[in-house]
Amino acid sequence: MIRAVMVMNTQGKLRLAKFYDYLPVEKQQELIRSVYGALCNRPENVSNFMEADSIFGPDTRLVYKHFATLYFVFVFDSSENELAMLDLIQVLVETLDKCFKNVCELDIVFNYSKMHTILDEIVFGGQVLETSSTEVIRAVEEISKLEAASNSISLPKSVSTWRSR
Amino acid sequence: MGSQGGGWGQSKEFLDLVKSIGETRSKAEEDRIVMHEIDTLKRRIAEPDIPKRKMKEYIIRLVYVEMLGHDASFGYIHAVKMTHDDSLLLKRTGYLAVTLFLNEDHDLIILIVNTIQKDLKSDNYLVVCAALNAVCRLINEETIPAVLPQVVDLLTHPKEAVRKKAIMALHRFYQRSPSSVSHLISNFRKRLCDNDPGVMGATLCPLFDLITIDANSYKDLVISFVSILKQVAERRLPKSYDYHQMPAPFIQIRLLKILALLGSGDKHASESMYTVVGDIFRKCDAASNIGNAVLYECICCVSAIYPNPKLLEAAAEIISRFLKSDSHNLKYMGIDALGRLIKISPEIAEQHQLAVIDCLEDPDDTLKRKTFELLYKMTKSSNVEVIVDRMIDYMISINDHHYKTDIASRCVELAEQFAPSNHWFIQTMNKVFEHVGDLVNIKVAHNLMRLIAEGFGEDDDTADSQLRSSAVESYLRIIGEPKLPSVFRQVICWVLGEYGTADGKFSASYITGKLCDVAEAHSNDDTVKAYAVTALMKLYAFEVAADRKVDVLPECQSLIEELSASHSTDLQQRAYELQAIIGLDACTVECIMPSDASCEDIEIDKSLSFLNSYVHQALEKGAQPYIPENERSRMLNVSNFTSHEQQHEGLTHSLRFEAYELPKPPTVPPPRISQGAPLTPSTELVPVPDPLYPVVPPLSDTTGPSQLKLRLDGVQKKWGRQTYSSPAPSVTTPHKTSNEIAQSDATHSSSKQRDVSFGGSSRSQVEVSPEKQKLAASLFGGSKRADNATTSGHRVAKASNHATEKSQVAKAAITAPSKTEIAAEKTLSPPDLLDLGESAVTGSAPFVDPFKQLESLLEPAQATADANQGSAKAPDIMSLYADILPSSLRSTSVSNPQQDDMSGDNGLSLESGLSNTVNRTAQGGTAATHQTQLNKGPNRKDSLEKDALVRQMGVTPSSQNPNLFSDLLG
Repeated sequence: MIRAVMVMNTQGKLRLAKFYDYLPVEKQQELIRSVYGALCNRPENVSNFMEADSIFGPDTRLVYKHFATLYFVFVFDSSENELAMLDLIQVLVETLDKCFKNVCELDIVFNYSKMHTILDEIVFGGQVLETSSTEVIRAVEEISKLEAASNSISLPKSVSTWRSR
Repeated sequence: MGSQGGGWGQSKEFLDLVKSIGETRSKAEEDRIVMHEIDTLKRRIAEPDIPKRKMKEYIIRLVYVEMLGHDASFGYIHAVKMTHDDSLLLKRTGYLAVTLFLNEDHDLIILIVNTIQKDLKSDNYLVVCAALNAVCRLINEETIPAVLPQVVDLLTHPKEAVRKKAIMALHRFYQRSPSSVSHLISNFRKRLCDNDPGVMGATLCPLFDLITIDANSYKDLVISFVSILKQVAERRLPKSYDYHQMPAPFIQIRLLKILALLGSGDKHASESMYTVVGDIFRKCDAASNIGNAVLYECICCVSAIYPNPKLLEAAAEIISRFLKSDSHNLKYMGIDALGRLIKISPEIAEQHQLAVIDCLEDPDDTLKRKTFELLYKMTKSSNVEVIVDRMIDYMISINDHHYKTDIASRCVELAEQFAPSNHWFIQTMNKVFEHVGDLVNIKVAHNLMRLIAEGFGEDDDTADSQLRSSAVESYLRIIGEPKLPSVFRQVICWVLGEYGTADGKFSASYITGKLCDVAEAHSNDDTVKAYAVTALMKLYAFEVAADRKVDVLPECQSLIEELSASHSTDLQQRAYELQAIIGLDACTVECIMPSDASCEDIEIDKSLSFLNSYVHQALEKGAQPYIPENERSRMLNVSNFTSHEQQHEGLTHSLRFEAYELPKPPTVPPPRISQGAPLTPSTELVPVPDPLYPVVPPLSDTTGPSQLKLRLDGVQKKWGRQTYSSPAPSVTTPHKTSNEIAQSDATHSSSKQRDVSFGGSSRSQVEVSPEKQKLAASLFGGSKRADNATTSGHRVAKASNHATEKSQVAKAAITAPSKTEIAAEKTLSPPDLLDLGESAVTGSAPFVDPFKQLESLLEPAQATADANQGSAKAPDIMSLYADILPSSLRSTSVSNPQQDDMSGDNGLSLESGLSNTVNRTAQGGTAATHQTQLNKGPNRKDSLEKDALVRQMGVTPSSQNPNLFSDLLG
C-alpha cells in the first residue's frame, strides 16, 4: 500500500503531505525533513527510486519525481511496483496540469484543499483508486459544481484569475 | 474583495500568509510568521457568529499551519463541527480537516461517528464519498460495527464511484481488524464480477492482501483472474481505461501480482497462466514507462510461478533490455528482476556480468545497493572474496548507519558461509568490526567468538588451530589501535585469553601486557575491562596448569589491585577470582579452567542436587526449610495471600516479612545459599565468599549426590537470572551459545549446493577495461580466479572449478567445431563478449578468427581500439532506441538544466511562478510583463531551446510557461 504522499519544493518547503497511517505532527515533520535531506543528496540523472528503510522502517521504498521547483514523493511498500508508482506521480501531475492549466508551484500552494480533493480521487486509503486523469478531473469538477451550487459563490479555476483582478 | 479571490474561495489574508512564508529565508522567520498566524486564528475562531464561509477559510488555514509542523489542536473542535454542516462545501472541508488532524483513537472521533453514519445514508453520492473517505481514516476497531452495515449496503450502490470506495473502506476495515469483517470477505469475491471494471480493479486490492495470507482458499479464482487479465490485455475494456496506450496497466499489474502468489509452487495453477503471461510479454509496449512496469511485473510473476522455459527465456530477454537501457530506473528494475530470476536459472547472470559491474560503479546509490543485493544472492565460494571486499569498501564509504549495519551483517554472513581461508575470514571480520563494530548486533560478535572457538564445523583440528592462531596474530597486531569499537575489543580480549598462548608462539607475559594496556587505555569501558581481566585470568590459569612459573607483571598487579577496589561489583569479583586462581595448585586450576573448553557442553544441575546433603544436615540441626521465591512473593501480595494460605501455612509465619522483604537476588541472597559458600574448592579461598560465582554451574554438577528432594526451583531462578543477566557477558557466554555445530554444518552443506549451480566459464573481456574484466571474471566465476580459489581455498572450489573447465570445453566444441580444442577454448570469449556489448553485431561475431581474437587479448593497444569501437557503436544503438522512445524521455533530459536554474533560489522560483501565472492570464499590465522578462532572464535561452525541441516533436508547447512540468508534454 501507499504510505505517504508528499509534495515539497526544492527548498524543502512542504506543499502537501498526506500520510495514510496516522502519525503525530512531530513525527511527520521529522520524516519529511529526512526525506528532503535524502532527496537533496541525490545526484542528477539517477534513478527515481530510493530505499526508505532507514526513514520509514522496513520494507518501504520511495519514488520521487522532480518537476521544476517541486519534488513529488510517494512512499510505499513492496506490494506496489516502482515503475507504476512513477506513473502514478505522472497521473497526479497530469491531472493537476489539466486542472490548473499549466500548473505551477503557486497553484498547489493556493489551492490546498483542491489538491487534497484530487489526491483523494487518485489514492484512497493507501490504495490506488483511479489512474485516468480524465476520470479524476470529471469527479473533481462534479464536486466543485455541487459545492458551488451549495455555496452560491463563483469559484474561479485558479489563482490566475485572482491575480488578473 | 479579498475574500472573493483565490482558488476555491480563499481570502487575500491566506494568500498573503502563504506568500510571506514562501519568502522567508530562515526557519525562525517562518516560525514567527506562523506563530503570529496561530494567534490571529485563535482569536478569530473564538468569536461568535462567524459566517460559515469565513469559518471554512479559518479551517483551511489551520490545516496549512499544521502541515508546517505547528500545533493547531485548538481548532480541532471547529473542524468537527464543520462536518455537521449541511452545505457540501463546508462538510467536505470539515472532513478534510478532521482526517488530517485526528487519528482514529482521538477523543473527538466519537462526535463524528454519528455524522458519518448519517452521511453514509445520504442521497447525494458526493456526500457519501466524503463520508467514506473519512471512514477510511477515522474509524477504529471499536467503531467499525457502528458504520459497517452502511458500508456493506453501499457495496451495491448504483454509482460505481461509491462502490469502489466502499470496497476500499471495507478493505481498510480488514487491515485494521480482520476479525470484525471476516464474515464479509465473500463480498470481495462477489464484487470481482462487478459490471464496472473500475470496481473490479478496486476489489483486487483486498483480494491481493487476502491471497498473500492464504493462497490456498483462492485457488478456484485462478481461472477468473486469468480470463480477466486476458480480456484486459486484449483491450476489451473501454478506451477510458487506457493509460499511455496501455490497456488498464494498473489492473494488469495487480492481476499479475495475484497470479504470482497463486501460482507459486503450484504447477497446475501455473500452467493455466502461461498463455496469458506470454501474450503480455509479446504485446507490452516496451517504449513507455508503464509498459515496462507491466513487463517487470510479468518477470516477477514468471519467476514466482512454476517455471516454464519459454517464459523464462522471454523474461531473460526483457531483463537484458532493461540492463542495457540508459535509464537508471530500468537498470534498477533489471537488477531487481535479475535477482529474482537467478534463483530459477542461475546461468542468466553470466551474460549480464558487465552490466552488473557497471551498475556497481554507478553514481546512483539506489542502484548500487540493489546491485549489492543481487551480488549477495549470487555469492558462492569462488567469488566471495571479491564481493565481500566490494561490500566492505562501500560500507566504509557511506554514512548511513542503517545501511552500514545492514551491509555489515551481510558481509559477516557471507564470510561465515563461504570463507575460502582462515586468514581471509579473520581479516574480513577485522575490517568489518573495525569500521562498524559499534553498529553491529552484539550477537555478531558472539557468533565470531563461537566460530573461532568451534572452527568451521569440520573435524579437521589443524585447520581450527590455524584459524585461532591467525586470529591471535592479527589481533595482537591491531590491539594497540586507538579507535577500535568496544565490541571488537571484547572479541579481541576473549580470543587472546582463550587462545593467546595456545600455539606457543607468544609468551603469556607478552599477551598479558597487551591485555593490561587495553584495560588501562579504556578505563571507562567496564565491559572491555571485564573481558580483559577474565582473559588475564585464563592466561594465568593455563600457565599454572602447565606448571610454568607465573610471574605477574607489575602493571597487571596494579590493574588487579585497582579493580578489586572498583565500583563495579562485577569487575571486583573478577579481580578477586583472578587472585584466587593464581594461588591454587596446578591440578585444581586445570579442573576449573580447562584449556580450550569453551565449546564443551555444560550440564547444569538445575535442582542443585549437590547441595542436598548440606541442606539435609542443616534441617536436622533445626534450620527452617527454604521457601521458593515465587511462593514468598505471593505471600507478600496480600490479595493472593488467602488462597495460598492453606498450602503453606506451616511455613509462612516466621519468615514472611522480615527476612524476605526484598527478595532481589543480587542484594539479599537467600540465607541458605549464602551460607552454602563451599560450592567449589576455589570459592573457599576467595576473600569474600561470593555465591554469585558465574562459572560454578559447569563445575558443580558432579559434586553432590542427590539425596533429598527439596523444592529449589526458586533458588535456581535467582541464580539463573543473576548469572545470565550480568551486564558484562562473562566467560560463560560462548559456553551457552555452543552446541550449534549441527547448524553450521547445515549451512555449510547448503553453501556447497549453491556452488554447484554457478559453474560459469571464464570470459576474458576484450572490449572493456582490464580492471572490469578482472572483476567480472572474479565475480562470475572466471577460471583464473577459480584456480586461485583452489590453491588458497580450503573447500569446494575444486569441484566447481572442474565443472567450469568441462563446460568450457563443451561450449567451445559447439561454437567452433573445426578448430583444435586448445584454440577453441581460447575463442570462447568472443561470442559472449559481443553478445554483451552490442546486440547488433552478434550475428557476425562467431566467425571472427579466433587467433586474431587471441592477439587482441595480448595486445592492450588493440584492445583499447576495440573498446573505442564498441563505445562508438553503443550510442548508435541507443539513438535507435531513443527514436522509439516517446519524446518525454528526451524532453526530460533537456529540461534538466532549467530545473537546475529554477531550483537555485526559492524566492526566484516563487516569483517566477507568480509571474508565470500573470502571464497566463494574458492581460497582465506592462509592469507585470516587465517583471516577467526580468525573472525569466537567466532561463530564457534554455526555454527557447526547449520550445524549439518540443515544437519539433509536434507538440504545442505552452509558450508562456515553458519551465514548468515540461515532462508532461510527452
